[in-house]
Amino acid sequence: MKYLDEFRDRQKCQFLLERILANCSRKWTIMEVCGGQTHGLLKFGIEEALRDRIEMIHGPGCPVCVTSTTAIDRAIEFAFQTDTLLVCFGDMLRVPGSSISLAQAKTLGAHVMTVYSPLDAVKIALKESNKKIVFMAVGFETTVPATAVAILQAVKHQLANFFVLLSHVRVAPAMEYILQQGDCRIDGFLAAGHVCTIMGTQECTELSERYQVPIAVTGFEPLDLLVGIEQCVMLLEKRKSAVSNSYSRVVLDSGNERAKECMREVFEVSDQDWRGLGLVPRGGYRLREKYESFNADSATAIHDASCRITGLDSKAMQQKLSDRMTVVQKDAINCRSGDVLMGRIKPQACPHFGKECTPQTPCGAPMVSSEGACAAYFQYARHESDLALDPEKESKL
Amino acid sequence: MSGGEKSLYCPASQLTHPDLISLTVGEGAKGSRDFLDRFIFSRFKGSSLAERLDAGSITCDSTQLAFTTDSFVVDPYFFPGGDIGKLAVCGTLNDLCMVGALPRWISLSLILEEGFACSHLAIILDSVCHWSERATVEVVCGDTKVIPKGKMDGIFINTSGIGVRSPIGNLFTEPIAEGDVIIVSGPIGSHGMAVMAARTPGLVENPIESDCGLLLPVLRALIENDIPVKAMRDATRGGVAAVLHEWARQFGISLSIEEPHIPVRDDVRGLTELLGLDPLFVANEGTMVLIVSDKDRETTLAAMQSVPISQQAVVIGKVVSRRHVPVSMIRGIGREVAVHEPTGALLPRIC
Repeated sequence: MKYLDEFRDRQKCQFLLERILANCSRKWTIMEVCGGQTHGLLKFGIEEALRDRIEMIHGPGCPVCVTSTTAIDRAIEFAFQTDTLLVCFGDMLRVPGSSISLAQAKTLGAHVMTVYSPLDAVKIALKESNKKIVFMAVGFETTVPATAVAILQAVKHQLANFFVLLSHVRVAPAMEYILQQGDCRIDGFLAAGHVCTIMGTQECTELSERYQVPIAVTGFEPLDLLVGIEQCVMLLEKRKSAVSNSYSRVVLDSGNERAKECMREVFEVSDQDWRGLGLVPRGGYRLREKYESFNADSATAIHDASCRITGLDSKAMQQKLSDRMTVVQKDAINCRSGDVLMGRIKPQACPHFGKECTPQTPCGAPMVSSEGACAAYFQYARHESDLALDPEKESKL
Repeated sequence: MSGGEKSLYCPASQLTHPDLISLTVGEGAKGSRDFLDRFIFSRFKGSSLAERLDAGSITCDSTQLAFTTDSFVVDPYFFPGGDIGKLAVCGTLNDLCMVGALPRWISLSLILEEGFACSHLAIILDSVCHWSERATVEVVCGDTKVIPKGKMDGIFINTSGIGVRSPIGNLFTEPIAEGDVIIVSGPIGSHGMAVMAARTPGLVENPIESDCGLLLPVLRALIENDIPVKAMRDATRGGVAAVLHEWARQFGISLSIEEPHIPVRDDVRGLTELLGLDPLFVANEGTMVLIVSDKDRETTLAAMQSVPISQQAVVIGKVVSRRHVPVSMIRGIGREVAVHEPTGALLPRIC
């Protein structure tokens, strides 16, 4: 398939792998920021192939994983309200909040619907004018412009029943936050190609200069990843902190001006609570004042204490659910997804990994999302040491 | 989850299973298996059921029969490449074929929502008629129920089928062994992606066609050519990955496949790449996987390729000696990685 097979060419990948290994004068530690990259590295066996010379540590770039439990709990509350429909991306469904996930809320009667685009939520709001539509707006700068456009559309259609539960996050401040940690051992970064498609390379350049760290803007296919890693290694070997754009077929230095304009129109930068990381300064967005009426958290129209199923209000419902799951709470605290998201530990170092915690029964968000690091290790690498012949061992699946 | 030893509590299972039926139960693979273990196999101990095959085997006056049932609830009920009527016939007949039975009789139960368009019903029933005639199968009984508007979604169909396991040729006579080859009858993932695309107008430019179809001609070709098929399954919910995992468990083997050999249509691959899904886990409705000895590779392929529905049949991997990883795949750049067992709904990624 065009634009895909070229970037998965076995010979070219092997050639690059060998060249990278040959050019490492020492072992380097590189963080790939984006969860899509983590999956690529694991899925195609690149992480394993480079392991002797390059330690890849997996960054916080999984939008589902870093969405705060508070945001999920709020979404669940909205979903239980009468005449309210909570609209979100499919990825969000199984992520546990402080007691349950949206998928579980759905089995309890909450109204939850998944869409591919924020604009679909606007269409639903137009069609279902007697319902309040709350769109759970999560994701990095890749999805922020679409939320902005959705809000502008809602303005155009004068929608009074469309709201957003805002939990968007910004990548660059999170990279900075990680660099500021005392135990940070990152030599270089692979920056997230899709985010840079929107934002350009300016933020990376500032980071690189301020923290003397090389950054390679990188794509997602095996060859893209290998080219990014090679460029990062080349900068490291030359002791040069600069930004190299190895994804130039998609990323312009200036980014996507039109998208940035929409974002600036609707949002302003604010501090943001990240799951696993805590409060990241300037790590997210809030609505500008003129669009505040779309804020699900402040719009008075939406607050309605009656709960759809049992007559309990949503607070009482949450309480009832968490009573049933007190044991869980205790253990959820031991979930080490925060350390995974910060690159402090590898997923398999967590005591729950692959035992209580699997994609079907996740303790933490990185095990849920198709971009989460724990899910990537569970899917592709959990057994890699066992790929050798071992008839003695019983399958644990 | 580990087998024998269970700690006093499993926090994660309590976290994710408030004791209510969730959608994962109906989505094949692990979710369905856990449900069946808990509610069905714990109660019903018949030896035929315990084989966990697509159809149960019964012997009646020394005639070997196969009996199966399936309910169809596809949304939308018209999709590119088929409709719920075609699906209800082909799905049930395919289940019979996979145990080596030639289908003879089916039942037809309709559950309709009040207000359902008669014109739509006529098209669906014409489809049932057409596909059962093509398979020379007789609809012998049926039932119709109508549910008040809003209590269900359009139309559900249940069909049960009976087939005769004779002649069975050389099917299932030889045990599975290391070195056996795994064959898939055609491009994978089409049905799941066709339905997903049909549900979301504007998701793709051109409609994606489902592989929904009858596998009976493939069975006939295999029997006529005396192919000693060791195992065969149609790769419905959970896709090819679910079938391979079931075999690994059932036969105590490991299976290794090669990604570059797995046929996937470009339009299907495009959509799965876009949504971050793997075609290996996507449902099929007219595609089967089978295991034969390496020495029978060419005759099997020739027999299958002589039939239109499996003319793109190809070897995708082999049975390897038992190891800790039940199913593994050699990915595009030549590294072997584990293929996990599908766990439930496919959730498209955010970005």
